[in-house]
Amino acid sequence: MPDPKPQPAPAPELRGVTAADGTRRLELSGAWNLQALEHRLAELAPRLAENAADATARWDLRGVEVIDHAGALLLWRTWGRRRAANLVLKPEHELVFRHLELPAEPVPQLPPRDPLWAVAVVGRKMLSVLDHLATMVMVLGQVVLDTAYLVRQPARIPWREISASVYRTGTQALGITALVGFLIGVVLSYLSSQQLRLFGADAFIINILGVSVIRELGPVLAAILIAGRSGSAITAQLGVMRVTQELDAMAVMGIPHTLRLILPKMLALAISMPLVVLWTDAVALLGGMVAANAELGIGYRYFLSSLPDAVPIANLWLGLGKGVVFGLLIALVACHFGLRIEPNTESLGIGTTNSVVTSITVVIIVDAVFAIMFKDVGIG
Amino acid sequence: MTERIIEIKGLWTQFGGHTVHRGIDLDVHSGEIMSLVGGSGSGKTTLLRQMLGLEKPARGEVRVFGIPLHGSEPAALRKLRDRWGVLFQEGALFSALTVYDNVALPLREMRTLDEELIHDLVMMKLSMVGIEPLHATKMPAELSGGMVKRIALARALALEPELLFLDEPTAGLDPDRSESFVTLIQELHRELNLTVVMVTHDLETLVALSHRVAVLCDQRLEIVGTLDEVVANPHPFICNFFMGERGRRVLEAVKAVKDVMFIT
Repeated sequence: MPDPKPQPAPAPELRGVTAADGTRRLELSGAWNLQALEHRLAELAPRLAENAADATARWDLRGVEVIDHAGALLLWRTWGRRRAANLVLKPEHELVFRHLELPAEPVPQLPPRDPLWAVAVVGRKMLSVLDHLATMVMVLGQVVLDTAYLVRQPARIPWREISASVYRTGTQALGITALVGFLIGVVLSYLSSQQLRLFGADAFIINILGVSVIRELGPVLAAILIAGRSGSAITAQLGVMRVTQELDAMAVMGIPHTLRLILPKMLALAISMPLVVLWTDAVALLGGMVAANAELGIGYRYFLSSLPDAVPIANLWLGLGKGVVFGLLIALVACHFGLRIEPNTESLGIGTTNSVVTSITVVIIVDAVFAIMFKDVGIG
Repeated sequence: MTERIIEIKGLWTQFGGHTVHRGIDLDVHSGEIMSLVGGSGSGKTTLLRQMLGLEKPARGEVRVFGIPLHGSEPAALRKLRDRWGVLFQEGALFSALTVYDNVALPLREMRTLDEELIHDLVMMKLSMVGIEPLHATKMPAELSGGMVKRIALARALALEPELLFLDEPTAGLDPDRSESFVTLIQELHRELNLTVVMVTHDLETLVALSHRVAVLCDQRLEIVGTLDEVVANPHPFICNFFMGERGRRVLEAVKAVKDVMFIT
C-alpha cells in the first residue's frame, strides 16, 4: 500500500481582476489557514485592506482549498466585521463563517488605576501583616488546646508522625549542617587567630570560638539551614495537600489539621532542632580546633581541656534553649504559610518563598531578643 | 485513499518491570474520530501520551503526520506541535494566567500575529465553547471544573489544529454540557475536517461521536473497528462494557433516537 504523506498546504494567494464592465473581482486561492498565513500575514494584510476599500468588489473564494477560523476572521475584519456584499465561496466553507456572525461583546475592561494606589498598597501590606499575625496566633492557640487535649488523652499522641518528622528534619539534616558548621568554624578560627597573634593573645582563641559558636553561631546557623530545608518542605507539603484537596478530606473525616499536621511538626522540630544545634556546635568547634592547631599551634588536648573553663556551661543551655524556640517558630511559620496557600501553582511558589524568608527573619529577630534578655547570663 | 495521520507500529510501553502495552499497531486516518476505550488502568491515557510524545516507547515507533516522535529534528517536531491540539483530563490550564491569556498563549507564541487579531481569535474560540466574555479576565482557580474544561478546549483549538486529542472530554460535565460538547466536536469536525483521537468512558459520547473504536485490554488492542463491529466481538471485557445493563440502555436509546431521526 502506498504511504501517502500529508502534502504541505499551498500558500494563500490574492489576485485582483478588473472585468470589462469596470467591476473588480478578487480571487483568493490556496490555503487560508493559520499555518499557511503565519508567514504571509505581514504581506497579505495591507493588500487585503486596500482592496476592501472598494465596496463594490466581488470576492471569489472558490479557489480556496482550506480555510479555518483564523483565515475567515482575517477576511471578516477586512470586510469591516460583516459579510462582503458580493461573496461567492464553496458551500463547505460556508460553515466556517457562521461562527463569526455572533455579536461581538466587549471584554470587561480592568478598572482604572486608583490615584491613591501607593497608599492603598502600603495599607494593604499592613493589613496583610496584621492578618498573618492574627491567624498565626489562632494556629498557636489551637496547638496549645491540642496539646492540653493530648496531655489528657496520651493514647492519641501521633507518635508516628512525630518520629517521621524528627527523622526528616533532624537526621537527614546532619550532613549539610556538619559541612556548613565545619567550614564556618575553620573560617572563624583562622581569621580570629591572625588578629590574636598580633596581640600575643593566642590562648583566647578558645574563648572566642567557644562563646561565639555555642551561644550564637551554632543555633542561628542550624536554624537558618533548617528553615530553608525543612520549613520550605513543610509549606510546600501542606500547600500541595490544599491543591489536591487532601486537607478537605481530613476535615470531613473529622481529623483536625492542627492535631495531625501542625502539632507533630512543631513537636518534632522542638526535639530535633536542639539536637541539630548540638551537632553543629560540635562540628564547628572541631573545625575551629583544626584551624587553631594549624595556625597557632594550639594542641587538641589543650583546646578541649580548657574549653569548659573558658565557656560557662550556661552558654550551652542558652544555645539549646534557643534551638527549641527556633524549632517551634520555624514549624509554626511554615505550617501557617502552608495552610494559607490557595489551590494554584503561583500561590504555592509565593507561599513557600514567603515562608522561608519569614522564618529566617523571625529567627534572627528572636535571636536578638534572646541576646538582650540574657545579656547577664554566661558571660564573664 | 485516506491519509494516515497517526501510525503506531509494534509499540511496547514499560514502566520499570511493568508492561503497559505489548505490541500495539494502530492507524488513525485523516478526518476520522477514533475512540480509545478500555478498563481503568488499561493504558488508554498512556497510549494517548505515547501519541503526544510525552512517553518514550520501549520498542516500536509512533509517527504523527508521518514524522517519528522520537529521533526527529527539533524543528520538525516544533512544526508538528503547531498542528495538533490537546485537551487534558483536568484541563491543565496555566493557573498563573487568566482565561484570556491561557487561550492567547499559543497564538502569542507564534510571534507573527498582532494583538488585535489575537484578541478576535481568542474571543471567537471562547464563544465557540460557550464561555461568555465576562469570564475572560478570571483566573482558572475561580472557575468550575466544567468551565475549565471548555476553556482548555478553546486553548486546544487556538492554533486551528488538524488533529485534536481529547482525554476524557466529558468526564465531570453535566449531561447538558456533555451534549453541547458532543455537538461542538461534531460541528468542528464538519467545518474543519478535524481528525480526533479521544479517550472516553462515557458511552453516550462514544456512541455519538466515534467513527471507529479501539478497545485496549490485556495490554493489547483487542479490536479496532466501527462500533457495530466492536459490539459484535465476544471478548468478555467488551461484553461487559457495551452489553452490561448500562451499556445496553445507552445503545438502545441511541438506536431509538437514530431510528426516529431516520423516519422523520
